[in-house]
Amino acid sequence: MTVALQIQNLSRHFNDLVAVDNISFEIRQGEIFGLLGPNGAGKTTTLSMLATMLEPTSGSATVNGIDIRKDPDGVRKSIGIVFQDQSLDEELTAWENMDFHGRLYRIPKATRNRRITELLTLVELNDRRDDIVKTFSGGMRRRLEIARGLLHYPAVLFLDEPTLGLDPQTRNHLWQYIATLAQDNGITIILTTHYMEEADRLCDRIAIIDHGRIIAIDTPKNLKDGLGGDLVTIGSPEPAAVAAALREPWVARVETHNDNVVVSLKNADRHVSSIVTLLNTLQIPITSITIHKPTLEDVFLSFTGKTIREEEAGIKEQMRMHQKMLRH
Amino acid sequence: MEIIYTIWLRNMLRFVRSKSRIIGSISMPLFFLLFLGFGLNSVVQLPGIGGNYILFLVPGMVAMSVMFTSVFSGIQVIWDKQFGFLKETLVAPVSRLEIMLGQTAGGATTAVLQGFLILVLSLFIGLQVSRVTGFLIALLFMVLIGISFTAFGIAIASRMEDMTGFQLIMNFVIFPIFGLSGALFPISSLPAWIVPVTMLDPLTYGVEGIRYGLTGVSQINPLVCFAVIGGFSLTMTAIGAFLFRKIKI
Ligand SMILES: Nc1ncnc2c1ncn2[C@@H]1O[C@H](COP(=O)(O)OP(=O)(O)OP(=O)(O)O)[C@@H](O)[C@H]1O
Ligand SMILES: [Mg+2]
Repeated sequence: MTVALQIQNLSRHFNDLVAVDNISFEIRQGEIFGLLGPNGAGKTTTLSMLATMLEPTSGSATVNGIDIRKDPDGVRKSIGIVFQDQSLDEELTAWENMDFHGRLYRIPKATRNRRITELLTLVELNDRRDDIVKTFSGGMRRRLEIARGLLHYPAVLFLDEPTLGLDPQTRNHLWQYIATLAQDNGITIILTTHYMEEADRLCDRIAIIDHGRIIAIDTPKNLKDGLGGDLVTIGSPEPAAVAAALREPWVARVETHNDNVVVSLKNADRHVSSIVTLLNTLQIPITSITIHKPTLEDVFLSFTGKTIREEEAGIKEQMRMHQKMLRH
Repeated sequence: MEIIYTIWLRNMLRFVRSKSRIIGSISMPLFFLLFLGFGLNSVVQLPGIGGNYILFLVPGMVAMSVMFTSVFSGIQVIWDKQFGFLKETLVAPVSRLEIMLGQTAGGATTAVLQGFLILVLSLFIGLQVSRVTGFLIALLFMVLIGISFTAFGIAIASRMEDMTGFQLIMNFVIFPIFGLSGALFPISSLPAWIVPVTMLDPLTYGVEGIRYGLTGVSQINPLVCFAVIGGFSLTMTAIGAFLFRKIKI
């Protein structure tokens, strides 16, 4: 196993705010690694430090064996990054944006031209290559940025919310493409996302980060299994009573979120009738009951106490604000 | 060199694509030239260049065009910051000095082209450039003004978060530098108390240098002009490079 990234006790403070709090982990070469976390968790700050755009307050990290503090230029040569916010020159064409990048990374002309055509074809923008980026849709811009990030054959690719704000079709398409990248080219990919099911499908491993700390790190499967089996969500006006009633040996975990009690247990389909009987005998009213296999959504909820949907509402708001700013 | 060229190239691409900006930035000097020039031509009496005020004004307007365009080009770094493009440049394995020099080269070139446009238009209102050396001398001074003020713009942009402070800089730095530079009136006919201020204004030496090149007459020795504006451009480049190195995004 070759280690692509090694992060040791990395921290970043902004005045009194601890944005990233002493995180440590390793990422293997060729791995797709996901960073999940609510707004302000410190995902972008972490990526910025790893991409040498931001000095860590303390701690260290190596990217491809190169120390981010001792040799930032060496790190920059070997990474590609797609920023959370757009970073294209809107007055240049797709080709010119790519060409600018290729020249900055000192790719010889012949290779550069071949590679640009190759990548633009891959993200299905080759027929629009001479159009000014201003005329591109959000999805097209994102695809162009990803193509650009790959132009100089980076060994490690950072993707900060690569599919945020894209329609499901474009999103699916991009994810497929990212998966192929890691598989066929052995590129290590570190991404942040708010789309749980896709993170689940794509990432080999996931770290859940909240308030600058890593609170869980594992494969999606292990994270979900960690919840202790299937999930039964019981809606009731008396959630506390439900939670108390269900402290039974066959129940692995009980959590209360607003009016819902979520219990985890093995073979839920067989136990659900016992739950109903139990609550009925105790005369606790039930408004709804559902059973489902755990998703990353549940993992997220269990670790952060918030559903990702609550988070996403915030994100959409942010996106709108951001676009407003750009229009002015 | 390759990197400086790359950044320069981007500036050129943006320049040729922005017809409205080109027209916008030649309109003010042109306006000055026509209205001030023709309006005051019969009123103002000038020693030296045959008493022709319009021809006196041409170098001033060329300098103005170069200066304003270059400040705008330098300030463009703020837009790059806001639109996120600066990140793309800064995360590349290139030094900030190279980026800054490329931006300076690009801004200065854009500015000189704008000034050149004014020069060409001036040919229609009586400017005569008979000596090639004179023209080259004027060009040299245009380049030096361009470098100085693009670097100045970059220095300002490196310290500003957004465009809100820009109006302040225009009103309290750029317009005074222009107004006091002897672009509009001969130094000899200024009130005595303004003369020292004018002599402290670096643009004065740029204007006089261009004037020497285009008309063969100047009130300050062209070598002195060259030394001052040359020194100023080096200083500004150094300051710009220093501040750009610390730019925060
Ligand atoms: N330049 C800065 N100055 C001050 N505080 C900052 C700065 N950048 C980030 N922060 C703060 O650090 C914390 C982490 O921010 P960060 O952008 O890393 O979050 P994130 O996980 O990427 O969030 P999101 O999902 O919204 O993108 C936030 O509280 C943010 O306000
Ligand atoms: Mg972020």
